[in-house]
Amino acid sequence: MRRFLRPGHDPVRERLKRDLFQFNKTVEHGFPHQPSALGYSPFLRLMAIGTRSGAIKLYGAPGVEFMGLHEENNTVMQIHFIPDQCQLVTLLDDNSLHLWSLKQQGGASELREEHRFTLKGPPGSPPSATQVTAVLPHSSREVLYLGTESGSIFVAELPWLRVLEGRTISPEAVLQRIPEDNCNRRSCELVEALQEHPKNPDQILIGYSRGLIVLWDLQSNQATQHFLGSQQLENLYWQRDGSKFISCHYDGSYTQWPVSSDNKQSEPLENTVPYGPFPCKAISKIYWQTTKNGLPYIIFQGGMPRASYGDRHSISVIHGSQQTAFDFTSRVIDFFIIFSSDPAAEFDDPSALVALAEEELVVIDLKSAGWPAVHPPYLASLHCSAITCSHHVSNIPLKLWERIISAGSKQNMHYSSMPWPIDGGTNIAPDPPQRDLLLTGHEDGTVRFWDASGVCLHLLYKLSTVRVFLTDADPNDNMNTLGEDEWPPLRKVGTFDPYSDDPRLGIQKIYLCKYSGYLAVAGTAGQVLVMELNDEDAEHVVDHAEADLLQDQEGYRWKGHEKLKTRDGPVRFEAGFQPFVLVQCQPPAVVTSLALHSEWKLVAFGTSHGFGLFDHQQKRLVFVKCTLHPSDQLALEGPLSRVKSLKKSLRQSFRRIRRSRVSSRKRRGAAGNASEEMELAPVQRKIEARSAEDSFTGFVRTLYFADTFLRDSSRHCPSLWAGTNGGTVYAFCLRVPPAERRMDEPVRAEQAKEIQLMHRAPVVGILVLDGRSTPLPEPLEVAHDLSKSPDMQGSHQLLVVSEEQFKVFTLPKVSSKLKLKLTALEGCRVRKVTVANFGSCKTDDYSENDLAVLTNLGDIQIISLPFLKLQIRYPCIRKEDVSGIASCVFTKYGQGFYLISPSEFERFSLSTKWLVEPRCIVDMPEVTSNNHMHNKSGTENAARKSRGSGKSPGDCEEEDEGKSGRLMEHALLNDEKVLKEIQSTLEGGRGSFAERNSARSPLGHGLSNGGAD
Amino acid sequence: QFGAEFRRFSLDRYKPGKFEDFYKLILHIHHIANLEVMIGYADVHGDLLPINNDDNFFKAVSSAHPLLRVFIQRQDEVDYSNFGTNTLSRKKKALVTLRNDNLRRRPHINISMPHDFRPVSSIIDVDILPETHRRVRLYRHGCEKPLGFYIRDGTSVRVTPHGLEKVPGIFISRMVPGGLAESTGLLAVNDEVLEVNGIEVAGKTLDQVTDMMIANSHNLIITVKPANQRNNIIRSSRMSGSSGQSTDSTASHHSLPTSHVLQNFHPDEMESDEEADIVIEGGLEPQHIPKLHSLTSSSLSRINGSSLSHRLQRDLVLNNSSGRESNGSIHKLLSSLKTDPRHSLVIPRGGIEEDGTVITL
Repeated sequence: MRRFLRPGHDPVRERLKRDLFQFNKTVEHGFPHQPSALGYSPFLRLMAIGTRSGAIKLYGAPGVEFMGLHEENNTVMQIHFIPDQCQLVTLLDDNSLHLWSLKQQGGASELREEHRFTLKGPPGSPPSATQVTAVLPHSSREVLYLGTESGSIFVAELPWLRVLEGRTISPEAVLQRIPEDNCNRRSCELVEALQEHPKNPDQILIGYSRGLIVLWDLQSNQATQHFLGSQQLENLYWQRDGSKFISCHYDGSYTQWPVSSDNKQSEPLENTVPYGPFPCKAISKIYWQTTKNGLPYIIFQGGMPRASYGDRHSISVIHGSQQTAFDFTSRVIDFFIIFSSDPAAEFDDPSALVALAEEELVVIDLKSAGWPAVHPPYLASLHCSAITCSHHVSNIPLKLWERIISAGSKQNMHYSSMPWPIDGGTNIAPDPPQRDLLLTGHEDGTVRFWDASGVCLHLLYKLSTVRVFLTDADPNDNMNTLGEDEWPPLRKVGTFDPYSDDPRLGIQKIYLCKYSGYLAVAGTAGQVLVMELNDEDAEHVVDHAEADLLQDQEGYRWKGHEKLKTRDGPVRFEAGFQPFVLVQCQPPAVVTSLALHSEWKLVAFGTSHGFGLFDHQQKRLVFVKCTLHPSDQLALEGPLSRVKSLKKSLRQSFRRIRRSRVSSRKRRGAAGNASEEMELAPVQRKIEARSAEDSFTGFVRTLYFADTFLRDSSRHCPSLWAGTNGGTVYAFCLRVPPAERRMDEPVRAEQAKEIQLMHRAPVVGILVLDGRSTPLPEPLEVAHDLSKSPDMQGSHQLLVVSEEQFKVFTLPKVSSKLKLKLTALEGCRVRKVTVANFGSCKTDDYSENDLAVLTNLGDIQIISLPFLKLQIRYPCIRKEDVSGIASCVFTKYGQGFYLISPSEFERFSLSTKWLVEPRCIVDMPEVTSNNHMHNKSGTENAARKSRGSGKSPGDCEEEDEGKSGRLMEHALLNDEKVLKEIQSTLEGGRGSFAERNSARSPLGHGLSNGGAD
Repeated sequence: QFGAEFRRFSLDRYKPGKFEDFYKLILHIHHIANLEVMIGYADVHGDLLPINNDDNFFKAVSSAHPLLRVFIQRQDEVDYSNFGTNTLSRKKKALVTLRNDNLRRRPHINISMPHDFRPVSSIIDVDILPETHRRVRLYRHGCEKPLGFYIRDGTSVRVTPHGLEKVPGIFISRMVPGGLAESTGLLAVNDEVLEVNGIEVAGKTLDQVTDMMIANSHNLIITVKPANQRNNIIRSSRMSGSSGQSTDSTASHHSLPTSHVLQNFHPDEMESDEEADIVIEGGLEPQHIPKLHSLTSSSLSRINGSSLSHRLQRDLVLNNSSGRESNGSIHKLLSSLKTDPRHSLVIPRGGIEEDGTVITL
């Protein structure tokens, strides 16, 4: 036995193993868990999301993804892209700043951390003195302005993140030029916002928390203008032309301020409380976007009336008379607006609103009427209802693929047709080799079909099983039914809805036959639905049968949930998978295993009480088998029996609250005692052999259909195999009538074998190997010419995988042939096992079947077939991550998925050949696009550039030729010296700057048109 | 010829003579003079013990009251693990016969000491372990007692080149009164567990060790460092284990096999390469009580015919309790004797005609 563990000494095999197996975690699908920050680069057209665990993820065009992880694993508080660079700066909650950059390496871009830095004050100063609250990457790309809690603004040099001591803007300096009667030292505590002037890079706007706003000139190092807000400041936003800015406040108001060099202290132009007059919540961020028709878009987060809507997570969009408050399903982390990226454009012309909420990303199309949502190609909220199971189907035939997509597109009619607006970078990964589907079952009774072929996990179609049943919740009862005149004009957006109406609807097992389009779905209350794909809407009756798994066992009472009530009469189903048969197990315990044979038209299902076989062609129950041990009360009563009723638990929680209020101090003392007791009694484990009397031995863990030699070695026949938690394997011989008499004769079943494994460990997998030791093909696989027909001449073998051992038996006489005692050797148990096909990366014509095994320690092992030799082992999941291990699903070609959070699948690959990972390039948009970066976001501005490009149209005019002008422009802008010269010539007349710019903009238009032609 | 055949004959109780003569007599009576056979007898407790030398032949005859039930089996069908069989010269012959067989079976080392009780535990590998360690084997087969102990995490002190070092270890934390572990007297609370069935536990978590022990629960071999070092075995005297079964062993990996071998030594279960070399037929499971297998396709020589069903029944109870069975031929035998005490669940109706519908492995 030990010999297995020693690395094989066969060098040929060792070399082959290197060609076959390789472990990689390739990509994370879904929505980042606990996002905490959002950033966007209009220049790169990339979006960045930071999380509470210190991860940073960049997304661009579908397939363009980057990921980085801060070593500290601290929450990412802010993300700022450096203007016109492939660089970004993150601020963590430990006050450290990190500079990341996208570098090209081996033909693809990579995200790497370049520098890190923590701001340090003089010795003895309080930590708040250097606590960074606002970050402004200056358009010069040379420095970062760092606003702090103390009110000082430090200047850090890029890219080394070194503080330039002499350039710090202290509150004292700011206050010098402000009359003392208005302000004092306290006005300058905590820098809330820092914004660069959109046209003049030498001026920055400093907003202090208490309401004071100062326009600071970097050249003269003094405040040129100050604005006295009466309310606590939340944020600032420059208007595009730099003549006005807008501030938003803690009391739910926003204020417009004029900027002019004449007066030092300005009065507000306009002060509004959009959801007044009653007290409102803070407006934490605001955008003011100009349009051609003159009506601006005012977009802000928060500001809802405190008393009645204070709990809403909203972003309001106001455009003329149109006003909508988008009501999000979870807290809004941050949002940004995508608007005209043409630097010379006169107006912002916003096109989309991108909002990051705690549980999902929502993009609103602001160009189309009604502001519809855009269907995101990635960042799908996998957990919009909790995932309860998953099933992967590789290599979907094109026909089925198209039908699923067409069913899905009918569901997605309400989405905007706008192309995905975040489209930076280029995906250079090869096209996925095949079409793969990942099916996830959810707590609310839905099954979601995901395109899992490539890097973007994309929702294709959503199936709901709810319509078959009568539930308490009325499907029409939703939050959108607000009256026309409702104020505020809330509109629900997003799909995140974790509250299940009825936990019994939860999906537990899924089986899809990719050839026939038959789908079997089984749920928490013992329901098994068989469905067929229909391209049209249809109304029909679902045939209903009941399977009494206890049969002759008497005197037991099921204390769990009731079975689901079904709808009488025909039910209307939308195009897609439509159920035609419902089998309900009695007692209605959760379905623990499911198998479908589309060729024989049979479905088998098992619960903790037994298993049954149903003929879905004749709609007849073939047989049931009770696997329950008579003394197993726990399984009989059902899992919910020990859970108190809701009413009771509510009552108890109230009592607990009351108790805690009364004697919180007393309780603390008791807790101390409890912990002492814990120390006295260390964790201990009982060593006992498994016995037949253990609980849940009858729990059916696996079901398997096989056409094999069950009774004698001359005739093979269809068979059904079932494995239980108690280490028992049942084999039933089936007689399926030939196709022409399929409806006339009943399917018969007869028990042929019962195997009790000596070690009584749960049976997690059963497999039959044909005469060539190849696993039997899936039903219909041979009929579709996709698999060699199995070898029915040689002797078949049975592989039984229990949690502890792998064991090969001969067939039809079941005698042990080989075994691998995994647990006895390594102390780990098998959690998941699948046959996977591994192809060699060196030669196309070699591939082999092996077992991919996930253990309870989170290791993945590859075990050869049929000799059961351990090939290789990789640590994959932390052993404490129980839900990750439980959620793992392997594909047929050596890839796999597991949940790293409720909302994210990690994809991994064991194969050298089948590898789906992001591979993409982000090019520094060259000078041509340097045009476009100008004035894209209110936070950053490149006035120097704008003047540079402002000049170049002039050059164009001189050249009087579009094309050559563009070339000229290249040359000019590429040469730093020339650029500086241009800049210095323009330095003189800063006063009329805005005027000149507006005069030039038509020229800019001309140029960009020319460029487009 | 080799179904079951019963003969009755008489012998002089007080002058039994030599074993060789008896052997020849048996062969003659059964007309099987050209076969190598193995002779065994049923003692007063109904246990099957071998007759292969003068001493145990004498003991067998003297203990017979009034009849001596003698069992004869073909040499190549004998499971040597049942009982000690032969002298060294006989063993060689047995090997020759074995090679003729299709099954490749490992040579078994046989011993000459008969035993008339069932072991529940033993101390093994005394010669290869340091004196401070003890390798204990618990036999759970056929016995209704729970293993009955608990393990916990703890720290132990090791001597290393850098001095004393604290390392995490696994310890026995509790014994269940009346359990197998307690009744052996070989394990005690606070004993440190070093190995489970030959696999070191260092670096493994409590849960891993728990799983390993449960996976090996049918034949658990634990190497411990007893907390109480005073009762350790002294090398010179072999018989000091409280079970009375303390012997040396010829662990297969050991280069110097000693002359004495433990009874019921199953090479399959030691940490040798069992899967690689041995194909185990469904009916021959090493974990099981060996007596049962000897019945398989054996020639039963009977002196008292009426005791057969009694004997079989007894075996079946054992058989049933451990939930296992052998192959089809014994089924036929059993069903014909109508002594099957099992419920229908274990043997489904109509299953008898099949070969072994219920198989415990």
